[in-house]
Amino acid sequence: MSIDLVALTVALITVSTPVLLAAIGELVVEKSGVLNLGVEGMMITGAVVGFVTAVETGSPTLAFLAGMGGGMALSLIFAVLTQLLLSNQVATGLALTLFGLGLSALLGVGYPGQTPPVVTDPFPAALAEILVVGPILFGHSLVTYLSVLLVAAVWYVLAFTRTGLILRAVGESHEAAHALGYKVVRIRILAILFGGACAGLGGAFLSVVRVQNWIEGMTAGAGWIALALVVFASWKPWRVLFGAYLFGGIAALQLRLQAAEIGVPVALLDASPYLVTIIVLVLISSDRSRAALNAPAALGRVFHASS
Amino acid sequence: MIRLEKRPTPSRFWSLSTPVIAVILTMIAGGLMFAALGQDPVEAIRVIFWDPLFHPQFASYSRPQLLVKAGPLILIAIGLSLGFRAGIWNIGAEGQYIIGAICGAAFGLALYPSENILIFPGMVIVGALGGWAWAMIPGILKTRFRTNEILVSLLLVYVAEAILASAATNWLRNPEARGFPGSRNLARHPGTDNPELIAGTGMHWGVVAAFIAVIAAYVLLNRHVLGYQIKLAGQAPRAARFAGVEPTRLVLLCLGVSGALAGMAGLFEVSGPAGQISIDFNSGYGFTAIIVAFLGRLHPVGILLAGLLMALTYIGGELAQLMLGVPAPAIQAFQGMLLFFLLALDVLSNFRIRFGTGRAAA
Repeated sequence: MSIDLVALTVALITVSTPVLLAAIGELVVEKSGVLNLGVEGMMITGAVVGFVTAVETGSPTLAFLAGMGGGMALSLIFAVLTQLLLSNQVATGLALTLFGLGLSALLGVGYPGQTPPVVTDPFPAALAEILVVGPILFGHSLVTYLSVLLVAAVWYVLAFTRTGLILRAVGESHEAAHALGYKVVRIRILAILFGGACAGLGGAFLSVVRVQNWIEGMTAGAGWIALALVVFASWKPWRVLFGAYLFGGIAALQLRLQAAEIGVPVALLDASPYLVTIIVLVLISSDRSRAALNAPAALGRVFHASS
Repeated sequence: MIRLEKRPTPSRFWSLSTPVIAVILTMIAGGLMFAALGQDPVEAIRVIFWDPLFHPQFASYSRPQLLVKAGPLILIAIGLSLGFRAGIWNIGAEGQYIIGAICGAAFGLALYPSENILIFPGMVIVGALGGWAWAMIPGILKTRFRTNEILVSLLLVYVAEAILASAATNWLRNPEARGFPGSRNLARHPGTDNPELIAGTGMHWGVVAAFIAVIAAYVLLNRHVLGYQIKLAGQAPRAARFAGVEPTRLVLLCLGVSGALAGMAGLFEVSGPAGQISIDFNSGYGFTAIIVAFLGRLHPVGILLAGLLMALTYIGGELAQLMLGVPAPAIQAFQGMLLFFLLALDVLSNFRIRFGTGRAAA
């Protein structure tokens, strides 16, 4: 049995990208003090909307934009319910996931098995043929590069800009931010929409680029893993990138081990990405000093300005 | 300008009437959705909510299905509601349901072909234990390592599905099925079957268990100190700690009870309506039960009614698929919508709506 390390690395990056996009979006949402458990629902909606658009228009760019739009539309429902109607964030997020799974299955009727247009890579094929580094560095679709840039951008904005400072202030103490005159609700709604767009883009990447098909429930928990990654990363952008690639590595490796038919039971391999996520969550949360330090203090709390 | 003013205590009137309004709004929004799918909205709503009970041709088949589908939903939702009240979010009931079914079925199949009358009760107990054990994983991880129970319980659903696939195709497979996946049929073997108790009603042991659970939860919440502690922990966690409520005990109890009930529901399903362990015998009851719990206001009697209503939409959805060709997932979107409207309307029970800039409130 031999596993091609270069091919594995390429697969790892492709497998990770949807989860990475969803997780970096959710990180911004959580930094603003909102816990949106509807990532799975927004991702799958983005996946179906993106796929349908890709098949109907033949344009991957439109497909990605439509996927973002689909995720944003769903997150808007969440924003209205939790920010304006002050509903419970946990329950509303769950509702978003259940609704998104049903809606996506409904929208996708008749599309499984259709072929989306091929997404061309931004770099010339010659570069991707360079030994070892070629396929790893130059063999991806534009969205993959965008996802890494997005991590850098989120890190920069959160750490070094006024916008980031305000966002973090809202997430740490909405009363104080409100007293300083910041529009808590408006800032949070924008953060939620950003998270929705990221999750939707991740979903569209999954259906259009990675799987190139629409299958009901195809996200298979990727949205939940994205949520776990944010905790795993202690709300730090670069650690989200690391976590996503770690997860992608396990997912890509287990698929190759299944194909290689070594003695490990298939059920264990199928479950391994989820099991590893749980183990990592336990390791992170058992370290009291690290886990509690970075969590936004107002995470999940309902904000109601009394005056 | 519209302002919201917090009520000192949630309005009783609104918390009772919002589920009804939510159902009506969902019917309207659902009607629009069906219209968008090219159906006559009034016809579609009638097929979903009226025909399963009163259609001259189909009602005799679909009426018993009401209890068959409501049973597991109510049983799971009752367990979940205890945790939700205390702020403990077990959203992995689907996984506990699967594991309960596998464990209970494995017990029954291990004793095959015995027809001893003690086998079925044994299966129920083992099924409950299986669900309990599966729920104890997030429970212990939460109490020991403060790991988020929402994420762990949900991720374990996918692990349970992987185990189910291997059970159905490998170690619980019917040895006489010539390689086809799926276990022996439990429902057609005396000793392991969960029969219809009264012909034509759909009543089986799982429905009986659901009714018992409703009564037990009602007594627990209204007459027992534990029920008081659960409510207190949800409404005022700090006060609960001062009152001597031990969070660890409460987490393990709420997760354990909901897991055991979900496991039991899985066993009743697999030994009755589903009949055998197959790759996809689970039909998402564990997730729909979350909607049932909220729609029933986390109250036992409310959950009973909500479970029946949700079962009606399942059967109505199947009927709409058959009679009108409405795609099957439409009903899932419909159920999700119901939860949205319910959560949105909650604002009415928790807040007063004031118009104008008003200073009167001060």
